[in-house]
Amino acid sequence: MKQFFAFVKKEFFHIWRDKRTLFILLGMPITQIIIFGFALTNEVKNSKMAILDFSKDAASSQLVQKMSVSKYFDATTVLTSYQEVLPVFKKGKVKMILVIPQHFANDLQHGNQGHIQLICDGSDPNVANTLSTYASAIIKDFQSAIVKEQKLPYRIETDIRMMYNPELKGAYSFVPGVMALILMLTSAMMTSIAIVKEKEMGTMEIILVSPLRPFGVVIAKAIPYMILSMVNVATILLLSVYVLDVPIRGSLLLLLSEGLLFTITSLALGLLISSITDSQQVAMLISLMGLFLPTTVLSGYMFPIENMPLPLQVMSNLVPAKWFYSIVKTIMIKGLGLSYVWKETLILIGMTVFLFGLSIKKFKTRLS
Amino acid sequence: MIKQNVIIAEGLSKIFGNFVAVDHISFEVAKGEIFGFLGANGAGKTTAMRMLCGLSTPSSGKATVAGFDLFKDTEQIKKSIGYMSQKFSLYEDLTIRENIQFYGGIYGLSKKQIQDKTAYLVDHLHLQNYQNSLVKSLPLGWKQKLAFSVAIVHDPAIVFLDEPTGGVDPVTRREFWELIYDASERGITVFVTTHYMDEAEYCNRVSIMVDGRIEALDTPNNLKKTYNSLSMDEVFLKLARKAARGE
Repeated sequence: MKQFFAFVKKEFFHIWRDKRTLFILLGMPITQIIIFGFALTNEVKNSKMAILDFSKDAASSQLVQKMSVSKYFDATTVLTSYQEVLPVFKKGKVKMILVIPQHFANDLQHGNQGHIQLICDGSDPNVANTLSTYASAIIKDFQSAIVKEQKLPYRIETDIRMMYNPELKGAYSFVPGVMALILMLTSAMMTSIAIVKEKEMGTMEIILVSPLRPFGVVIAKAIPYMILSMVNVATILLLSVYVLDVPIRGSLLLLLSEGLLFTITSLALGLLISSITDSQQVAMLISLMGLFLPTTVLSGYMFPIENMPLPLQVMSNLVPAKWFYSIVKTIMIKGLGLSYVWKETLILIGMTVFLFGLSIKKFKTRLS
Repeated sequence: MIKQNVIIAEGLSKIFGNFVAVDHISFEVAKGEIFGFLGANGAGKTTAMRMLCGLSTPSSGKATVAGFDLFKDTEQIKKSIGYMSQKFSLYEDLTIRENIQFYGGIYGLSKKQIQDKTAYLVDHLHLQNYQNSLVKSLPLGWKQKLAFSVAIVHDPAIVFLDEPTGGVDPVTRREFWELIYDASERGITVFVTTHYMDEAEYCNRVSIMVDGRIEALDTPNNLKKTYNSLSMDEVFLKLARKAARGE
């Protein structure tokens, strides 16, 4: 045991001496959360909008007013004719144009029917889609206000509610994704690099000649990164609760335990990588291509797995991050307990045991 | 006094596929002896040494190291040997003190023993002013002396040195050998491979490997007589020329 702690202590020295890497490791979750939480948000705020109002009556200006006070739109440009529509889009000045035809108020009052046209910049389909949905909602709202005022017998109201995420906040899906990504990177990549470094430096031979058992060496190398990873989990959770307003609805203890489990899965992957290569560069490349890419693409947090072709859907089952992402979402966002994530948890445990077994077997006691 | 043999190898071989790296070598090394293990590149000396250290499983043959069977008691052997490889084997990002503590630690020395050893080594190698500097800031010769001292920090029965003095100047090499003599006087057997023939002269006995076999084994003086040569250099050249294998 004493030998073991001497080793763990040495690992901490390595990490501590390499301040730059330590800084990156601890700073990564912060920057990722900030980037994903604020910059890469798929919410659309203050989108520039142009108005083409042909009727210019009380009702139309009321609608324009309502649109531009909402936080989603900024009515920046006023157009006077259809000829101006294309140039405005070409310059990329606005994302959407609200067109109100002539006699808008009149049609509303007498025909009980008003027409509105929304022209969106479809070159960014996601944004266009979101904007048109927002705009329709505002128009509907406007319409029902008029209907109420005039006490007419009928009214159409559509009530859309988003479960778990009423404001459709992007952070709700990014936080679990970032967590999976960061844990994968710190645990798998750093562990594999740390072990391969010993091989490169020639110190691994000395260690293998020593009475330390290979299993002990592997565990001792992994422990510091496990601790670092748990610090990162705490950072991510604190940032999401206090900065991004993403709540932890389920049990914190369960969430942390699952985090620890996924960390161990990633460590096992790192060990496996280190057992198949002798160079730090190769270890890093394998980690990036083999872990980072599938984790971002196939875990379901950037692209919905249901929309992928079948072979990719099948492949995604092999990505540990997919299961972890689903676990974190269920616990954190939906607030459900272990009875809803036991299946995913078992799969992760199975993967971990398998990977550990494989890497211990491959970690050669004798370098022959 | 009866000579006590700490390494006994009988017909030790290592075969990689069709290639016989080490071909039935047999020899004994006595306690406290400085045993030079010579051979051209590719003669099989590193493979032989790795087998004796437990880094590589022999294909056939028998051997005991420090009284333990090479096949059955590898864990016991590991506790009784020290090893210094061709590649320099200290941690560059650790201080001198931390390196000593680490190696003392993994060999299970007590805190007190580690303290005493550290104090002794720092004093003995005149590193008082550098004990808290990172190893990477030291000149190569110092690093190698330190690496040797660390390899015997747990007072092993045998220390294996794989070309320990590569790339250092003759003065430092001479100092390094003084450390080896010290260790030998304390009863530590030294098993050393080298390319430098002046170093071969410092050994008590020398074996010369050619094509995986031990071609000659004797004291440097006897070897020179047998091969009618003036220096170990000449002996080595006469033997190594017979080699069929290239580099």
